[in-house]
Amino acid sequence: MSVFINKDSRVIYQGFTGQHASFHAEEAIKHGTNIVGGVTPGKGGATHLERPVFDTVSDAVIQAGANVSGIFVPPQFAADAILEAIEAGIETIVVIADGIPVQDMVRVKRYVLGQDAVIFGPNTAGVITPEECKVGIMPANIYQPGRVGVVSRSGTLNYEAVAQMTARGHGQSTSVGIGGDPINGANFVDVLRAFNEDPDTDAVVLIGEIGGAQEVDAAEWAQANMDKPVIGFIAGVSAPVGRRMGHAGAIISGEADTAEAKMNRMEELGVHVVRNPAEIGKTVDKVLKQ
Amino acid sequence: MNIHEYQTKELLKSFGVPVPEGRVADSEASAGIIAEEIGGERWVVKAQIHAGGRGKGGGVQMADSIDEVRKHADHIIGSRLITPQTSAAGKLVQRVLVESAQNITKEFYLGLIIDRVAQRITIIASASGGMEIEEVAKTNPEKVVREPVDPSIGLPEFQCRKIAARIGLTGALMPQAVKLMQSLYRCFRDKDALMAEINPLAIVDGDKLLAVDAKMSFDGNAVHRYPEITNYRDFDEEDPKEVEATGHGLNYIALDGNVGCIVNGAGLAMATMDAITLHGGSPANFLDVGGGASPEKIANAFRIVRRDPNVKTILLNIFAGINRCDWVAEGVVQAMQKQAISEPVIVRLSGTNYELGQDILNKSGMPFITAADLDDAARKAVAAVNKL
Repeated sequence: MSVFINKDSRVIYQGFTGQHASFHAEEAIKHGTNIVGGVTPGKGGATHLERPVFDTVSDAVIQAGANVSGIFVPPQFAADAILEAIEAGIETIVVIADGIPVQDMVRVKRYVLGQDAVIFGPNTAGVITPEECKVGIMPANIYQPGRVGVVSRSGTLNYEAVAQMTARGHGQSTSVGIGGDPINGANFVDVLRAFNEDPDTDAVVLIGEIGGAQEVDAAEWAQANMDKPVIGFIAGVSAPVGRRMGHAGAIISGEADTAEAKMNRMEELGVHVVRNPAEIGKTVDKVLKQ
Repeated sequence: MNIHEYQTKELLKSFGVPVPEGRVADSEASAGIIAEEIGGERWVVKAQIHAGGRGKGGGVQMADSIDEVRKHADHIIGSRLITPQTSAAGKLVQRVLVESAQNITKEFYLGLIIDRVAQRITIIASASGGMEIEEVAKTNPEKVVREPVDPSIGLPEFQCRKIAARIGLTGALMPQAVKLMQSLYRCFRDKDALMAEINPLAIVDGDKLLAVDAKMSFDGNAVHRYPEITNYRDFDEEDPKEVEATGHGLNYIALDGNVGCIVNGAGLAMATMDAITLHGGSPANFLDVGGGASPEKIANAFRIVRRDPNVKTILLNIFAGINRCDWVAEGVVQAMQKQAISEPVIVRLSGTNYELGQDILNKSGMPFITAADLDDAARKAVAAVNKL
């Protein structure tokens, strides 16, 4: 089992024929992902990677039964692509595009209210259920099927954590990137809820960073609702106040935003907090053996 | 992207927000001429730098004569202004804003932010104007009014009236407040701003609302839509290393330590800095090379990191997904060959094309210190500094 995506997902890539999308679609196909086609406006009717190209997402849903989309279009067009996917009835939308204007996402979030779609990202490395379905840009070889759920804001730090886990024999049920932007789709609580309901997930690794209160909200939710252990890490103990550290969301603007404050609060709420980013795998090992 | 006060006021005025009469001057003489043109008996001369707290550093001066305007302008322009928000060295002032001084009865705070909790634009208002809003929120949270705005309908009049009433802008002031809030919101929305702050928003001459000081910043991912905002960018206000890095597609932030960091991804870059700190070291910078980094990009990263004279060792930590370890390794070798690097270089590679990358490093014959994982890399970097 897994959450959000699996071997039955019918995946399309928006911006399908672009260089990045093509490369990552091929990688995903090699990994076993059921990519049923893609969308590039104006190129409908063509064939790419032995799969149909559609002009619109609606065509892809009607003609190919698509229910998952990876958004690979340039950031200035990405919000429109997300709206198109929601309107067409896509259930899971993974937004790889990085650099989407924040207010574009404010409007997207308003539009998605009350609809059935789940958005991951923007600025996410993607979502992967190892050896079943990969929608994203992550290196597939570090993941292995298993029973630990992973959710993170950062892509490369997700790889770091996953590689440490896999090296110790702990595979992943699903690994979810929620992205590093301040206005994003699914948050940590949404993903924890899904992992909590998944009978094949035994524990969750939550990787956050400075800025905002999402991680603490997640820890509060976990304390009230979860029996499965949560292992947490917050990047940015050494980050200075007031400077945006790469991710648009990663900025310390108040005391509660610091990595130290978040980790302390999460620990109080029962999360197994890892202080050293090199010890995430070790801690998962320890917690699962308890 | 931040802009100056005089630019913010120019922009807000074009959206219908009332601002004091004034213009920017880059010399003593032009400051005098502007004051004469504005007329009146009292003026204020304000240093134009991006940092706040200018008044505390002596960057805001009142003048009762044209001579005094000139004197203040002469004193401020060309000086280095130190405020609670600048470094100890302060910031060089190149321009002053000359405005007519205001007869203020009462001060308020009005701001707009991108609210991560509400996932919307939120309007923030307070009757405690002239103070830092963070300070008010800490000491008197009940005095801070917050109203998220529904983007599908914008900021309706009733919501403005609600805010105005709660901060005490009633009677004849209420319609003025409504118009001002809607103008500010339109400007914020139409120009993809990330932050707008009118502080103080003041009642002047007993019955008029005026934006006495104003600050705005804009979304770097959207400014390309607005050439007029892009033109407001002042490179003199930015760290030249950071500007150069942006030009190379690198995200660089200078810090105070001595371990130079080159990493892919913001989260891993922060985690690398954290690991260095945990081992007793101190990072010299945050640097994210991003995805698909070419050998040239990596070599440029070395150049930028090494421009900081405090850097004693360099730690390269790459976990390649969309990147390629072979390209990264080529970049490292290129940098070592062309830049005569004498500092110890610690390299940790992992992920896509790892073997190819390691092979390139091994064959180069360069004196790298290779690290097996993140912990090993941080430990070796700190040890290298301590050995010097």
